Amino acid sequence: MERLPSWIRRHIAALRALLVLTVATGVIYPLVTTGVAQALFHGKANGSLIEKGGKVVGSAIIGQSFEGHRQYFQSRPSAAGDGYDLLASAAGNLGPEDVVDTKDRQSLLTQVCARSKAVGELEGVSGARPYCTSDGVGAVLKVFPAVGAVTRAVSVNQACPATPFIAEYQGVKVECAKPGEDYSTGRTVPIKGNGVAVVPPDAVTAGGSGLDPQISVEYAQLQAPRVARERGIPVDRVNALIKQYTTGRALGFMGRPAVNVLELNLALDR
Amino acid sequence: MPYGLLFIASIIIALAVVHRPLGDYMYRVYTSTRHLRVERTIYRLIGVNADSEQRWPVYARSVLAFSAVSILFLYLLQRVQNHLWGNLGFDAVPPALSWNTAVSFVTNTNWQAYSGEATMGHVVQTAGLAVQNFVSAAVGMAVAIALVRGFARRRTDDLGNFWVDLVRGTIRILLPIAFVGAVLLVAGGVIQTFGDHHVWATLIGGEQTFTPAGAASQEAIKELGTNGGGIFNANSAHPFENPTAWTNWIEIFLLTVIAFALPRTFGRMVGDNRQGYAIVSVMAILAIVSIGVTQWAELSHLGTVPQAVGQALEGKEARFGVSDSGLFGSATTLTSTGAVNSFHDSYTAIGGGMLILNMMFGEVAPGGVGSGLYGILILAVITVFVAGLMVGRTPEYLGKKIGAREMKLASLYFLATPALVLIGTALAMGTDTGRAAMLNTGPHGLSEILYAYTSASNNNGSAFGGVSVNTDFYNTTLGLCMAFGRFLPIVLVLALAGSLAKQAPVPASAGTLPTHRGQFVGLVAGVTLILVALTFLPALALGPLAEGLL
Repeated sequence: MERLPSWIRRHIAALRALLVLTVATGVIYPLVTTGVAQALFHGKANGSLIEKGGKVVGSAIIGQSFEGHRQYFQSRPSAAGDGYDLLASAAGNLGPEDVVDTKDRQSLLTQVCARSKAVGELEGVSGARPYCTSDGVGAVLKVFPAVGAVTRAVSVNQACPATPFIAEYQGVKVECAKPGEDYSTGRTVPIKGNGVAVVPPDAVTAGGSGLDPQISVEYAQLQAPRVARERGIPVDRVNALIKQYTTGRALGFMGRPAVNVLELNLALDR
Repeated sequence: MPYGLLFIASIIIALAVVHRPLGDYMYRVYTSTRHLRVERTIYRLIGVNADSEQRWPVYARSVLAFSAVSILFLYLLQRVQNHLWGNLGFDAVPPALSWNTAVSFVTNTNWQAYSGEATMGHVVQTAGLAVQNFVSAAVGMAVAIALVRGFARRRTDDLGNFWVDLVRGTIRILLPIAFVGAVLLVAGGVIQTFGDHHVWATLIGGEQTFTPAGAASQEAIKELGTNGGGIFNANSAHPFENPTAWTNWIEIFLLTVIAFALPRTFGRMVGDNRQGYAIVSVMAILAIVSIGVTQWAELSHLGTVPQAVGQALEGKEARFGVSDSGLFGSATTLTSTGAVNSFHDSYTAIGGGMLILNMMFGEVAPGGVGSGLYGILILAVITVFVAGLMVGRTPEYLGKKIGAREMKLASLYFLATPALVLIGTALAMGTDTGRAAMLNTGPHGLSEILYAYTSASNNNGSAFGGVSVNTDFYNTTLGLCMAFGRFLPIVLVLALAGSLAKQAPVPASAGTLPTHRGQFVGLVAGVTLILVALTFLPALALGPLAEGLL
């Protein structure tokens, strides 16, 4: 050892330090933590699993998709894989001004408008929102030229032969969008309109994980009449269950009150 | 908003309560002459003399040697993953991604170009990545303490012993707090279990596959060490990493607690607690203003999509809500953590822009564990220099003259990261490969790329998640940014520490700028703002400002 050059000795010391600290923080620490966790909080450490009839049907803290099943409360939209894919947790990651559809994908605005329309139809309420057309896409114009007096306006998310959501913009007739035509040089003008949103915000946005187990109390209450009707039970009973599976703010001030969808649906099945 | 305010206030109160006890404890850890028995055993295993001291070049070479060995070890561990126990069936990680991830975790960045639940098995996560969560944090604290010794000591070449600082930081500070944090997180529902995948049928007959993981043990140190690398792709938005509103509180607390307590340690070490209070005041002022801006932007939900939705809720979880999500975003970028509980790409333009600006401050309010303290001390040095120019006197800080050599080192420190950010962004925007990674178009697309290079060069690790960075181009260039963004500043800081330690202190005179008063606090905050604004305003104007104001 002593005869080696100092820089080699230093790297050997570094390697030994890394190995020793790996044992301490990479083996002993996680194993002791696991031991304590399993002993004190066995259910939670293993994923808060829920059983139905002796079989695991999910985790109390992981959301599931109930799409297409009208007797169940619906979860939020999800960007995890095809929806609530536990192997592909993810957010949508589109920005606040992502309002123009392309041939590859829908804009975030159109996604929001389409979800709002669909939820409105499912629950029998208005699906209207600001910046949304009545056919459920983003109400966005591309106007030409980008600077100066408008000579041409296109409702860029409404492909022909759709009827544009407004007839005129600054005295110019609004056209529908011809598929394949490039409108990128125009100025983007979202039109707010006078739509008032009834469908709650969490029903039209994807969460951060794509596995959000909860929905807002407002969204649950919106769904209650439909679920009661589908199941032939009184709305009061459904509302009571909503209350039962609502988590209030932690310690009275942290986070938001929210309803656990899977637990609520399981309670309905019982 | 009142609830959100209460949430923020409760965190601030908790940080204020532990500021002194934790700062004093860390002071004792780094100044004590006694070794614990377990530490003596460790020094014997490493083969170092724990009672010898190092000059700055030796200290720096030890940091670099330890980091180089760590990168190599982590790289190899990923490359042989297919042969390891508990690999969950995952293959060896490809070379460019392994390099990027190794550099990322060793530099305390924890940029993740991969999706955890689809790439990494148990051994790589716990014995590779989580280990670096500990030791990279301990390295940052060691370097900060060496700089403080430079101010505190006189007429000496000795800056302490890196191996001792590394081991003590890990064993006495990080491990016990992380353990308590991990157990608390499990109590909230964070998983801590090993084994293999299992599948269940959902209520409507779909399938979900459960990935077991040591999530709690990693989550605790990931926040405490301001690392940010999550077990799962969705990071702290994933219910298995952050299941409740109160685990969210604990995670924000953990990721800010050490960085906000270190100024106390600094004050104790230089023998004047008021100096520590001045530094923590600068951090607090910058942090509170920044948090205010982000909260305002997110809660007023400006922008077309947030207005259509009615809340800035895209990318945010129902249990946290907008306000608590926004605080996590602020905390993670004000420190060098980079964990996320909500997705910054979908924030309002101004809210997201503020998060980029937080990182551009060089992460000094309060910054990463250790790196935040040495970053703000460099800014304090620049401030006394600027003040000295105004009154025409030789600047001094804590009794040490700030001469030409000290100023060159401080200036180089300040220039290093911005150069990496701007050159990196320019390179990416100038190439087709670079531009292809954008998910969004227009100004928001530029923000994605700018965010990526800012995050990597400042060792943050969070992302505007839409950008597709798992390509050879990004893995390589971002890896280089992370490495240079970490080690250039560290070498410069240690060189500065060395030249300060050599000096004999100059007695304070009537012309000495007092550095413990409100005036100095305001000066440092002002100098920071001006320097950062001058450097980054053009880039910000084309990205988030253009998007938010047009």
